[in-house]
Amino acid sequence: MDSLMLKIVNGERIARNQIPRISSELFHRQLSQFVRNNGFIVQFFAYPEDKQMVLLAVLRNSDLFILETTVGREFPSLTLSAGAQFNLFEREIAEQYGLRPAGHPWLKMLRYHANKSDKPDVFGNNYEEEIPGNYPYFQVQGEAVHEVAVGPVHAGIIEPGHFRFQCAGEEVLHLEIQLGYQHRGVEELLQTVPHKRLITLAEGIAGDTTIGHNLSCCQALEALCGLEVAAGASTQRTIALELERLANHIGDLGALSGDVAFNPPAAYFGRIRGEFLNLLLALSGNRFGKGLIRPGGTAFAMGPQERQVITKKIKELRPEILHVCDLLFTAHTVLARFERTGTVTREHAQALGLVGVCGRASGLGYDVREFFPTECYQELPTITNTMTSGDVLSRAMVRQEEIVHSLNAIDMLLAREEEPCRPVPAEDTNYALAPSSCVVTLNEGWRGEVSHCLLTNDQGQLIRYKIKDPSFHNWPGLAMALRNQEISDFPLCNKSFNLSYCGFDL
Amino acid sequence: MYKIIRNRLEQGHRTSSYPKKPIQLPASYRGLPLVNADSSLSLARRCAALCPQNAILAEERKIDLGRCTFCGRCAELQDGEGEGGEYFVRFTQRFELAATSRNDLITSGTLPDLAQQAKEQIIKLFGRSLQLRQVSAGGCNACEADINVLGTPFFDLSRFGIDFVASPRHADGIMVTGPISRNMRSALIDTYQAVPAPKVVIAAGCCAISGGPFHGSAEIIGDLHSLVPVDLYIPGCPPHPLTTLHALLAYFKQMRS
Repeated sequence: MDSLMLKIVNGERIARNQIPRISSELFHRQLSQFVRNNGFIVQFFAYPEDKQMVLLAVLRNSDLFILETTVGREFPSLTLSAGAQFNLFEREIAEQYGLRPAGHPWLKMLRYHANKSDKPDVFGNNYEEEIPGNYPYFQVQGEAVHEVAVGPVHAGIIEPGHFRFQCAGEEVLHLEIQLGYQHRGVEELLQTVPHKRLITLAEGIAGDTTIGHNLSCCQALEALCGLEVAAGASTQRTIALELERLANHIGDLGALSGDVAFNPPAAYFGRIRGEFLNLLLALSGNRFGKGLIRPGGTAFAMGPQERQVITKKIKELRPEILHVCDLLFTAHTVLARFERTGTVTREHAQALGLVGVCGRASGLGYDVREFFPTECYQELPTITNTMTSGDVLSRAMVRQEEIVHSLNAIDMLLAREEEPCRPVPAEDTNYALAPSSCVVTLNEGWRGEVSHCLLTNDQGQLIRYKIKDPSFHNWPGLAMALRNQEISDFPLCNKSFNLSYCGFDL
Repeated sequence: MYKIIRNRLEQGHRTSSYPKKPIQLPASYRGLPLVNADSSLSLARRCAALCPQNAILAEERKIDLGRCTFCGRCAELQDGEGEGGEYFVRFTQRFELAATSRNDLITSGTLPDLAQQAKEQIIKLFGRSLQLRQVSAGGCNACEADINVLGTPFFDLSRFGIDFVASPRHADGIMVTGPISRNMRSALIDTYQAVPAPKVVIAAGCCAISGGPFHGSAEIIGDLHSLVPVDLYIPGCPPHPLTTLHALLAYFKQMRS
């Protein structure tokens, strides 16, 4: 069966005619079997080719594979026959191109927008009208059952989304999460704008994952243009990705602490998070690292001065971080709230295909840095998480372990003696993309697997730019974590996932 | 208990002395751009062609801060080699960037003193206590993240009598981020209408002002002012927390730069 798929390498260009194109039946069987044999989906999307539509899948076990098939108006639903991993991907395909996954058990909108083909809307919507909220929520019936609706505007400074709880008393029987409010058409823009706008847009996919997404974009453009990246630039990019991870993980631990009303770590970690954003500012001039990474390297050289600033700051912060972590993880009141709250079992995590921190906390030991390393990750030690019980405590502990690991990784990278990289000049933005090509990039962003897939036509123009943020896999995990939990545990569970709305909505 | 005290002692006092004392951002920070009025038209046009935001008006030698993401690409170009070469623009470390009029944001490097633009009525009503409702409408969450930072001990926004509140009914105004996706349009208008009058509207970040990196998308409105009247514009991608803090203190408390 493996001959039906092509093994590919993360970030390496292939010619599109190398992608095995198999019949719809074989495609269906191959994907079902792959997922049944502990395989996972990295990408699964549709794109137009001449007058027909193509479905393309990128799969992973310990290797990466690609395959595709052509499709008419309908295709048999894999969600129905092979499980929940396909659920959101098929709904996205239906919404983006009007292709119906026949038999899909939960066929609803994702982002409330008209499809990009001339086919009729699968959901029967008229997008001239206000659509958000006009959505068939799952309802539990019964005398003691009540419904709680939250959003899109929430009670804090956070992104919009709608949460619909079906409750019996305090107990949540079911949570349905409906997003799409942040949809701003990023994929469509990336396919149509002049090249000079590409990285600015990639940095706007999810601001807290600026480095993760822009790195995935730049690696893809480098593969399509045959650009080499200097060793110094690669070091700098790896450091930036780890700084982004540190800032976010530390912020998350602070937020979790605040959510169980233990204020000291919330205040300390809130401040320490800012210190890491300021290190990104020192590297790039922007607290989120916007403007740092460019195809071919980076925009600013990391010289001895920047190296020293980072080394010194990490030396200063490391003991503080360890002490605050100790304060947090030894407080009985905190442990009592974290333990056995919002548990996602390994079976559920696998069935949903969870990635990143949330996957690892449930025992799925997948990390792009280890499995498909890019930049400097081949030379860095890997990390094994010790706690895999799938609850809030696990998700917090995985973050703590990764914080220490990232601090060590940055120290190791800074200890290497390297020539400062030469900045990539701003004027080099007319990229000569290889024609009729495909590239898939994966990086372990702080939430998990970020993946971009780019396809070009015979003129070297982008015909499809597909983005997948790890949140796309993990939102259903949050819904599962809430099953049979107290509704008052929602904020805590939500923080322990801390997923991206804009990364999902695109 | 011992650990709480030990950590407390280790952390010490962290709140910034700004605005009592000035604060210096690192040289890498790209704040208010200063355009070289004597730069050649050909150089200005090269910069304009390079700008991903179409924020440069070459003929007028001006930059539209409402569109600019402060990516700094235009500052890399120059005519001639080395230090003596002629440049088009330099980014300064000035973080005071907010303005009350959209036109003021189109600048060669000077902005009106915001404290002088503040209306007496606004200061009288909101100068001692300001409660804002934040509405996130389609951005990348970086603006939201750096507004949240104002609540951390370093900035400690509450000490100025300014707070972000959960309900629009409790608010004196809204601070909007994001390019206003079509899908957030009605929720945004509902929130605005739920705030009791008199109320203020703040557009934070280049997305809310001009659509930001997403300009031209059919899925966004791209200009907050076209939906509700904007009182205060805060440029940036995202605005530095100090940019936002300065804007609030200058406009609502008449703090002089």
